[in-house]
Amino acid sequence: MAEVLVYVDHVDGAVRKPTLELLTLARRIGDPVAVALGNGAGETASVLAEHGAVKVYTHEAAEYADYLVVPKVDALQAAVTAVSPAAVLVPSSAEGKEIAARLALRIKSGIITDAVDLEAGENGPVATQSVFAASFTTKTRVSTGTPVITVKPNSAAVEAAAAAGAVEALTVSFSEAATGTKVTSRTPRESTGRPELTEAAIVVSGGRGVNGAENFAVIEALADSLGAAVGASRAAVDAGWYPHSNQVGQTGKSVSPQLYIANGISGAIQHRAGMQTSKTIVAVNKDAEAPIFDLVDYGVVGDLFDVVPQLTEEVKTRKG
Amino acid sequence: MSLRIVVTVKYVPDATGDRHFADDLTVDRDDVDGLLSELDEYAVEQALQISENSDDDVEITVLTVGPEDAKDALRKALSMGADKAIHVEDDDLHGTDAMGTSLVLAKAIEKAGFDLVVSGMASTDGTAGIVPALVAERLGVPQVTLLSQVAVEGGAVTGRRDGDTASEQLQASLPAVVSVTDQSGEARYPSFKGIMAAKKKPVESWDLSDLGIEAEEVGLEGAWTTVEAAAERPARTAGTIVKDEGEGGKQLAEYLAGQKFI
Ligand SMILES: Cc1cc2nc3c(=O)[nH]c(=O)nc-3n(C[C@H](O)[C@H](O)[C@H](O)COP(=O)(O)OP(=O)(O)OC[C@H]3O[C@@H](n4cnc5c(N)ncnc54)[C@H](O)[C@@H]3O)c2cc1C
Ligand SMILES: Cc1cc2nc3c(=O)[nH]c(=O)nc-3n(C[C@H](O)[C@H](O)[C@H](O)COP(=O)(O)OP(=O)(O)OC[C@H]3O[C@@H](n4cnc5c(N)ncnc54)[C@H](O)[C@@H]3O)c2cc1C
Repeated sequence: MAEVLVYVDHVDGAVRKPTLELLTLARRIGDPVAVALGNGAGETASVLAEHGAVKVYTHEAAEYADYLVVPKVDALQAAVTAVSPAAVLVPSSAEGKEIAARLALRIKSGIITDAVDLEAGENGPVATQSVFAASFTTKTRVSTGTPVITVKPNSAAVEAAAAAGAVEALTVSFSEAATGTKVTSRTPRESTGRPELTEAAIVVSGGRGVNGAENFAVIEALADSLGAAVGASRAAVDAGWYPHSNQVGQTGKSVSPQLYIANGISGAIQHRAGMQTSKTIVAVNKDAEAPIFDLVDYGVVGDLFDVVPQLTEEVKTRKG
Repeated sequence: MSLRIVVTVKYVPDATGDRHFADDLTVDRDDVDGLLSELDEYAVEQALQISENSDDDVEITVLTVGPEDAKDALRKALSMGADKAIHVEDDDLHGTDAMGTSLVLAKAIEKAGFDLVVSGMASTDGTAGIVPALVAERLGVPQVTLLSQVAVEGGAVTGRRDGDTASEQLQASLPAVVSVTDQSGEARYPSFKGIMAAKKKPVESWDLSDLGIEAEEVGLEGAWTTVEAAAERPARTAGTIVKDEGEGGKQLAEYLAGQKFI
């Protein structure tokens, strides 16, 4: 079968969930060959093998951490040359999309960004995109070159499938452009202990209606009772009540959980762009006319400071 | 010393309108009013701030690739304070994908002459967020992208990039391509004076032949991607909506339990 390159998103050897989803999707179109770069690359192999990687290319070099994007493009290009894959799949993070784009240009191939599904087709893989704030679904394919496709988190269920996962060192020679943009310092994001926003099965979000940073405790308590991630609208972020890294929407994260609970959020188009593909949507809002209610499977018209704590208590009791 | 900044701005259908695809599966631009992509306002703003904070002679050129109406986007940017504008317009551009767009932008930027390119983080229609990286690759200059904070000094650009797992400080020497996020600082409103002044600012029009690009390299035909189908997402079936009369939280819990979330 044809080989499909999968770019591995990992932090010091810990593979992030979207990569495991990519391995599942890659198996629909060929044999997954993973490419893991940077510190801890070798440690990714066993989990990649458990999820279907027939081979794992690894390469460690300081350049991956010290310079932006281009060293990773150089490496991925070396992997493309080594296996002539049927497609290249990359997680749709901000960085992933940039890596994929530059690679695609170098290998004279089209790129599809933010796919939410992927199938084998007569003329190569067909990607599904959810566009215009998820109001349209398109089917797109790459018509020139080797399809380069970035896939959004939560686009497939992770499936285990044991494969050889033979580790092989990738030979990479860095281009002149590789050292163009220096990373002069890096501050890792502090872990909250909650699930990653884009990977969580349940997301509990708060908006302007939460009315203050200290009140986000109400949202966090509900999230913790459900084992959920916490999201926020841009209004809440701009007011300084919650970090930007938790913003859901067009210019924040796009999430696609099993359950999304919007509290004190009106449902502006830019917010919907980031959560409309959630499987089940629930909202609490005191304004019965709020546009968010057009989207919901279940809505409560009421004050979130009454409804949310009561819900949290009830969840705890039922789980207790 | 002088600093030449080119700001790339896209003309897009208003996101609050009812956006659709035309029969050829390209964006229907007649259906909904267009405007300067709001995320490019942040790019214009940062270019203006770089200029205001600089001792050098700074010239800001705004550049768009788009149909005739895309002039509106240029006018908006000029009224915010940019100095001049370039409009790349050609019927053969209809249906161009990200690769083709980046080709046209890169050729136009080279022709215009530049020390710094400033772009938005993503358009509000295609939303790919890849054009700045592609333009940097084509121009062979560093990409310093997705910045929430940016500064130019002594022939170098520095900035902060807030990523998924870390926040990074970046640095590159000019010439370079920068893109900025909506965290970089509110964009200013054009003043009345700015709007009046914009009317007198030069807008140059270039077509593909001015840039030495063949028609086959761009447009629907030259695209390296093909849209095979576009369908409106079925409207969500109307959900259950209850009014809280003291039991709203419990009712919601009941629903969530029924759906096996609890
Ligand atoms: C280019 C661009 C990009 C953008 N990107 C994003 C993005 O990524 N994410 C995003 O979210 N927005 C984004 N926005 C902003 C978006 O347009 C809205 O302004 C924003 O989503 C509004 O946030 P909100 O719903 O929290 O606030 P509001 O619209 O003010 O709504 C607050 C809601 O809370 C309700 N409420 C108030 N008090 C209570 C209470 N006690 N109990 C229950 N309900 C209550 C109100 O009835 C109201 O419906 C973007 C805008 C632009 C122009
Ligand atoms: C719903 C939808 C999905 C699409 N999916 C794909 C896809 O998967 N692959 C693909 O190759 N093409 C795709 N396209 C086409 C693509 O959007 C256009 O070719 C577009 O011009 C470039 O991509 P973008 O709008 O996503 O820009 P982004 O990469 O999101 O834009 C980033 C920045 O680049 C600059 N910029 C972008 N376009 C222009 C312009 N015309 N003039 C001036 N500056 C500009 C702006 O500063 C902008 O802020 C899609 C289009 C739509 C409407």
